[in-house]
Amino acid sequence: MAAHSAVLSMSKIIKPFWGGHLGNTVKVFGTTLTSHRNKSSLTPPPAKYGGRHTVTLIPGDGIGPELLNHVREVFRFSCVPVDFEVVHVNSAVETEDDINNAITAIRRNGVALKGEQNAYFQQSTAVRSMYTSLDLYANVMHCQSLPGVQTRHKNIDIMIIRENTEGEYSSLEHESVSGVVESLKIITRNNSLRIADYAFKLAREKGRRRVTAVHKANIMKLGDGLFLQCCREVASGYPDITFDSMIVDNTTMQLVSKPQQFDVMVMPNLYGNVVSNVCAGLVGGPGLVPGANYGHVYAVFETATRNTGKSIANRNIANPTAMLLASCMMLDHLKLYDHASSIRNAILNTMNETRLHTADIGGQGTTSEVVQTIMRFIQSKGQLTSEY
Amino acid sequence: INNFISFHCEQIIIDNNNMQTVTLIPGDGIGPEISSAVMKIFETAKAPIRWEERNVTAIKGPGGRWMIPPDAKESMDKSKIGLKGPLKTPIAAGHPSMNLLLRKTFDLYANVRPCISIEGYKTPYTDVNLVTIRENTEGEYSGIEHVIVDGVVQSIKLITEDASRRIAEYAFEYARNNQRNSVTAVHKANIMRMSDGLFLRKCREVAENYKDIKFTEMYLDTVCLNMVQDPTQFDVLVMPNLYGDILSDLCAGLIGGLGVTPSGNIGANGVAIFESVHGTAPDIAGLDLANPTALLLSAVMMLRHMGLHDYGNKIQTACFDTIRDKKVLTKDLGGNSKCSEFTADICRRIQDLD
Repeated sequence: MAAHSAVLSMSKIIKPFWGGHLGNTVKVFGTTLTSHRNKSSLTPPPAKYGGRHTVTLIPGDGIGPELLNHVREVFRFSCVPVDFEVVHVNSAVETEDDINNAITAIRRNGVALKGEQNAYFQQSTAVRSMYTSLDLYANVMHCQSLPGVQTRHKNIDIMIIRENTEGEYSSLEHESVSGVVESLKIITRNNSLRIADYAFKLAREKGRRRVTAVHKANIMKLGDGLFLQCCREVASGYPDITFDSMIVDNTTMQLVSKPQQFDVMVMPNLYGNVVSNVCAGLVGGPGLVPGANYGHVYAVFETATRNTGKSIANRNIANPTAMLLASCMMLDHLKLYDHASSIRNAILNTMNETRLHTADIGGQGTTSEVVQTIMRFIQSKGQLTSEY
Repeated sequence: INNFISFHCEQIIIDNNNMQTVTLIPGDGIGPEISSAVMKIFETAKAPIRWEERNVTAIKGPGGRWMIPPDAKESMDKSKIGLKGPLKTPIAAGHPSMNLLLRKTFDLYANVRPCISIEGYKTPYTDVNLVTIRENTEGEYSGIEHVIVDGVVQSIKLITEDASRRIAEYAFEYARNNQRNSVTAVHKANIMRMSDGLFLRKCREVAENYKDIKFTEMYLDTVCLNMVQDPTQFDVLVMPNLYGDILSDLCAGLIGGLGVTPSGNIGANGVAIFESVHGTAPDIAGLDLANPTALLLSAVMMLRHMGLHDYGNKIQTACFDTIRDKKVLTKDLGGNSKCSEFTADICRRIQDLD
């Protein structure tokens, strides 16, 4: 009895000392437990603790670390309730431990923000396995012409949905006889149906009118034929959305002459790689387009193009737009819509109104200048910001 | 004026009047009308070409294998040079694609597409000057597919040492013979380590023998990204089948589409077939609306391959002048003249040039 009252009196002392913090912990803990039980219905904002989300951060190589530092800077400035758990993946070492740690961290937190990986490092099958073991089956990229950026084509607005786990990237290769190598491309009915379903759902959600499947079924009759058939099956369930298909070489040709004709595109892995890079180039380059990898349970956000092949690290000239827009996509995923819109608007205002551009889009601004301008825009909108 | 100084000027059949025989395959759809346009232009230019028309619709030979008609094969084997119009390729049908069959019959291992911006036909991209050389026999287009279990399909991509070495050698030879500065190998060896790795290794080995040509390697996605932003940075590109298909069409799109892009297929034993790569356009077949430019430029490529540079230059100049003038353009080039009017204008210019 005495002990009991002692505990009670202790908690009375502790509670005001910690503010509402301890109390919130108990509340949230309870919420997290119940949400785990209901996980099958929705993907809830994971790893929420004390009202703050924890997100795995993988800095990567090249310009990845500096861009992600800018993301953290902007988040800190705008008081975004997100904490980052940093996991380094050392590209120089070829063991799989690092990437496995990263995968575990992503499983724990549910969401990750990733910097670009050194192209050399991509040789490790472990990196591919991140997408397959986390079952991040849909890679989504939204390419939009930005009014402030000078490009050859205008008014582009294309969503590209790329199957992210199978196809040509199965890494199943063998040398059957000396000098003859076979590489297997796997297409399955389940994955094709799944990605087609995702594409149509997304199209409906965003109010898009048309979905185009990109394939090469005239040559790969069984493989891409199966993919096309699955798309058609799913399309029949969405009569409000027009479905058509196009062969991949014709698609690239149309993209460089009349990209305005495309709305939503869905395709297997390799064509997705090609088409997304073409579209990123059309709207102004790799510095502008964010990309997201979604699965049923996890989500990883990064820039749309995975290796740019240019070494501009640590020279303060990289374009932070793609990474910042990716972080906004992440905030949307975490249902922090207000923060996402405010940062996004600030980025677009910087790009379109002040015309402060980095070198890759023809300007002379430095990365830090662009980031400062973005933060100034956020502040001017009257939102709560931290002391500078 | 662009100089496609060519390679392989040997083994050309010369008959009595110094005329050289070329097997002409008119093709389907608009094929016959553009072929006759080209023949008319060649006649006006007085080019020493004797055309031997042949049909290549697939027939089932002894043993049940699909093959091209024997008279076509015989003609090609004798003349060694062919000019081909568009052929129908059905999607998911019974017999293999005709183009594929031709490739297999004559072992056409290299598909060469020079993409040069046409002055007078404006596209968002100017100053494009590159050549795509695509391995044409294996890779993703081996046609080997299986259904492993219901709902799981496997397609096999085949890369062999011999084919990779052969295409790399052709690419460097072409670069040397046409005064090009660099050859870039396009691959995805970071993902397909063994197959594209083998291709890349062979390219590197061959590059050792051609120290005068600069050799670089680039990932497919990086090439795509940079190609649409700044195509002037590329010179000669060499790559396996699928990437070549995609990239060569991408580059054709940069200069204005398949209606104006020439293409040549080089085979073993000195065989070369030049073709227009656009479709058969069944909707405008027989209506005198087709644009013969692609087939004409391929024929010019053929003339240069045969060493008849003067005729080639004359015809090309006439063609480019007509396009630049913009008075008699076909519909796809932005005008509304007929194919015959376009052809007549080129013929007139050739006569004026003489």
